[in-house]
Amino acid sequence: MITDKEVLKTATKLSAEEIQKGKVLSVKWTPNLKYAWDNGPAIGRYLAELKNGKIIGKTCDKCHRIMIPPRMFCELCWVPTGEWVYVKDTGIVNTWVVSYVDWKAGRLDIKGGVRPFTPAVIEIDGASKGMGILHHLNEVDPWKIHRGMKVKAVWKPPEERTGSITDIKYFKPIK
Amino acid sequence: MRRVAIVGAGLTKFYRNTQETPKELAYEATKMALDSCELKLSDIDCVVNGTAPDAFDGVHMKGEYLSDGSGAYRKPYMRHYVGGGTGVLSPIHGWFHVASGMFDTCLVVAEEKMSSAYPHPAGAFLTIFDHTTEQPLYPTLIWIFAIEMNRFMTTHGYKKEDIALVAVKNKKNAMDHPSAQLPAEITVQDVLNSEIMAWPVNRLDISPTSDGAACIVLAAEHVARRITEKPIWIDGVGWALDTAYWTTRDLYYPDYLEVAARQAYKMAGIKEPSKEIHVAEPYDPFTYKELHHIEGLMLAPRGKSVQMLVDGHFNRNGNLPTSPSGGLLGVGNPIAAAGLMKIIELYLQLKGEAGKRQIPGNPTCGVANAWGDLMQVGTVTVLRK
Amino acid sequence: MSKRVAIIGIGTTGFRATTPDVSYRELTYEAAMKAYLDAGVQPKDIDSFVATSEDFFEGYSIADEYSPDQLGAVLRPIYTVSGDFIHSLASAYMMILSGIGPISVAQGLSKASNMLTLSEMVTFAMDPIYNRPLKESPHAVAGLEMARFLYETGTTREQCAKVVVKNKRNALNNPYAGHSVLIDTDHVLNSEVISYPLTQMDISPHSDGAVVVVLAEEETAKTLCDKPIWIRGIGWCSDTPGLETRNWGQAIYAQMAAEMAYKMAGIRYPRKEINFAEINDEFSYKELQHLEAMRICRKGEAGPLTEIGGTEITGEFPVNPSGGCLGVGNLYELNGGHKVFEVVRQLRGEAGKNQLKNVTTGLAQSWRGIPTTTGTVVILSN
Repeated sequence: MITDKEVLKTATKLSAEEIQKGKVLSVKWTPNLKYAWDNGPAIGRYLAELKNGKIIGKTCDKCHRIMIPPRMFCELCWVPTGEWVYVKDTGIVNTWVVSYVDWKAGRLDIKGGVRPFTPAVIEIDGASKGMGILHHLNEVDPWKIHRGMKVKAVWKPPEERTGSITDIKYFKPIK
Repeated sequence: MRRVAIVGAGLTKFYRNTQETPKELAYEATKMALDSCELKLSDIDCVVNGTAPDAFDGVHMKGEYLSDGSGAYRKPYMRHYVGGGTGVLSPIHGWFHVASGMFDTCLVVAEEKMSSAYPHPAGAFLTIFDHTTEQPLYPTLIWIFAIEMNRFMTTHGYKKEDIALVAVKNKKNAMDHPSAQLPAEITVQDVLNSEIMAWPVNRLDISPTSDGAACIVLAAEHVARRITEKPIWIDGVGWALDTAYWTTRDLYYPDYLEVAARQAYKMAGIKEPSKEIHVAEPYDPFTYKELHHIEGLMLAPRGKSVQMLVDGHFNRNGNLPTSPSGGLLGVGNPIAAAGLMKIIELYLQLKGEAGKRQIPGNPTCGVANAWGDLMQVGTVTVLRK
Repeated sequence: MSKRVAIIGIGTTGFRATTPDVSYRELTYEAAMKAYLDAGVQPKDIDSFVATSEDFFEGYSIADEYSPDQLGAVLRPIYTVSGDFIHSLASAYMMILSGIGPISVAQGLSKASNMLTLSEMVTFAMDPIYNRPLKESPHAVAGLEMARFLYETGTTREQCAKVVVKNKRNALNNPYAGHSVLIDTDHVLNSEVISYPLTQMDISPHSDGAVVVVLAEEETAKTLCDKPIWIRGIGWCSDTPGLETRNWGQAIYAQMAAEMAYKMAGIRYPRKEINFAEINDEFSYKELQHLEAMRICRKGEAGPLTEIGGTEITGEFPVNPSGGCLGVGNLYELNGGHKVFEVVRQLRGEAGKNQLKNVTTGLAQSWRGIPTTTGTVVILSN
């Protein structure tokens, strides 16, 4: 039987201060981990088309979904996908967030006037219903975003595009 | 198929920062578990280890690094990994080592030392997103939880102040748990007033990052009956993983959990979970998640869990206590160890040895689940006395 | 339910140094399609799936998230084992015996070409307090082990070089191999010193690829498959991860994993009762060390046996007729998958030019590489 007493004898608590002030011996290591991921034909084409200012998807001949991002096989029917199909660069907001933190859990200076992040899942027009992609929303009051809001991609100028999801700067509401 | 029981358990305290190395944490939990059933390492036939992203402890092939601390010196040893779902996959993975007939006893160890990651463990979560289509947007895990919470709330019309009751309940329950990192008596207002992280998630809606370890000992029936008078049987197991394309899924309901739960209930012969389950430990890394999972586990009808929460149904003295341990919100969230902590809570509750946390009545059947990856995996285990 | 489980389907993409035209998704999909076709199953017929991956080899955390789609396992029971492919195979095997369902799948993948700072990744696996701060290359660990092995067993560098020559030559006739070449022992001995006595040619170059294997319990196997390959024994073991406390000369993990498999298979004299083996030769000396650890050769015998050609395809105990890691490429967590694939091909009579005659039982063995002491063994029969 495990008793409270036994559990309390385990693990030694440290405070962040003790660590910062060097009261505990510690070892630091910053790993140098670099990867170059082969993206394959589907994502490769997706990125190439983004550079051209277009969004491309692929269809499954069995379930007839038009899928974004495109894939070489339909994961539900488990067959190779068929045609490439261009879809629009507009969509509707499926769900969204108003974030006061960045990826390192650092706090944004909201009081200082920094705009919070507003990432969203955007269902792209022309793709099957429910086919969403993750991207940012901007040029909109964070607290006025709503489900079903119509948005359009704001692209980087052609010379700045590199073939990346960030060739779209963000989506903004269409009047 | 052989019956397999949990015959011993061990757990460390959960803290934001611990002095111990990951191996030492694993050792403490493992030693406690062996001592609790008076077994020695030589009585153990095999070891399985569950531990979530290597990025936290800062060691590649973390399973190998932890093997000696987990008691696996010169033993068959394997590490399984389903992100946050690992803690409840651990007993399942151990279960089929024994149920298959290959081994009679198995040590199941779960460990996490998130504090090693600098500047903050949350940063490691950047790398769980698709490297090409999502990472360049610098997402953080909190976004997708907030996205899911948003869908959950808007679909059912749930209110933040009601969902906040989960934090109130669990942190209060945790005050009776010796491992607890953040036990507290808080109010709904405290939750609503706490710092906005990513609307609709506030600071007190989230469980902390932690260091900690947990361990259980499994034994085949004929061995279990020799070791203890109160073996707790693993009667149902289930697990399922949904597609990686999370932006194509409707997040308001965890399908993957229902699929996993059905598999586990079928194996356990449970037809009406809301009646036949006496105690539940649904995974609660965020307040709304406990409710999301209660619905996915079919312990409450879709859209009704919040009302049941408000009515006190899920309190320790309610009809179906959930997270009597205090859950991740109250006890802490060293990912894999947190899931196993929930299993250990069920084990103690069913044995009647949960001390101040003991729920009234004579619970004979409990269910726990864990969840993780990109909101995709459901792992479910049903325990019975 | 019977206790016998067989492999009824195998599929691979083959193994090459780079695969720039496809991502990990397409690689696994291709191997899975072939395996399922071979087994005569569809994804919905499969009861459980096991994927194999390590985060830092894939390059993103919780690589498990990305496993279900390409195996047809969406909303199905699938999980990831962070270990060698044979660990996943063992998991799939145990799941069948536990009654999860009669058919199970194990998958493994290598995209080593995408790992740009490979040496640093392997270093990242070393103990952060005792070992990493020394900033030694991981190959130093292999060099230390090789030196000790040569000393304890009297094996010579020339005999190790012979392993390289043999395996890379065997790979010439293996259409799946990525690093086949015709060289002689001088070439190996004179190649660049990496960590004496280890030279550049003693080290396997890496390859990309995927392997998927379908297993089924006896009755299902016999219904679906003409040539089921039976799992007679399986074993796995982890020795200490510490560099300071390990046995440098002997591969204890291989010894214990093999004993576990032999016991299960009822094998007492492996050299006689097993016909051939596909074993880990990631570093040339490893092939010899593993042969001795598994009692296929006595201590000190593996080197001389290799020298006289005893482990050639035409020899008395063929080792790595496929070309091994040296000829096919080091596949990291997928290494065991390649070994199992080749053993199955041989036992089915589908090994083409490298086909061994009259084989009934083969052994596949794998090791997880530097800095681990974890190994797996599986014994298969037709």
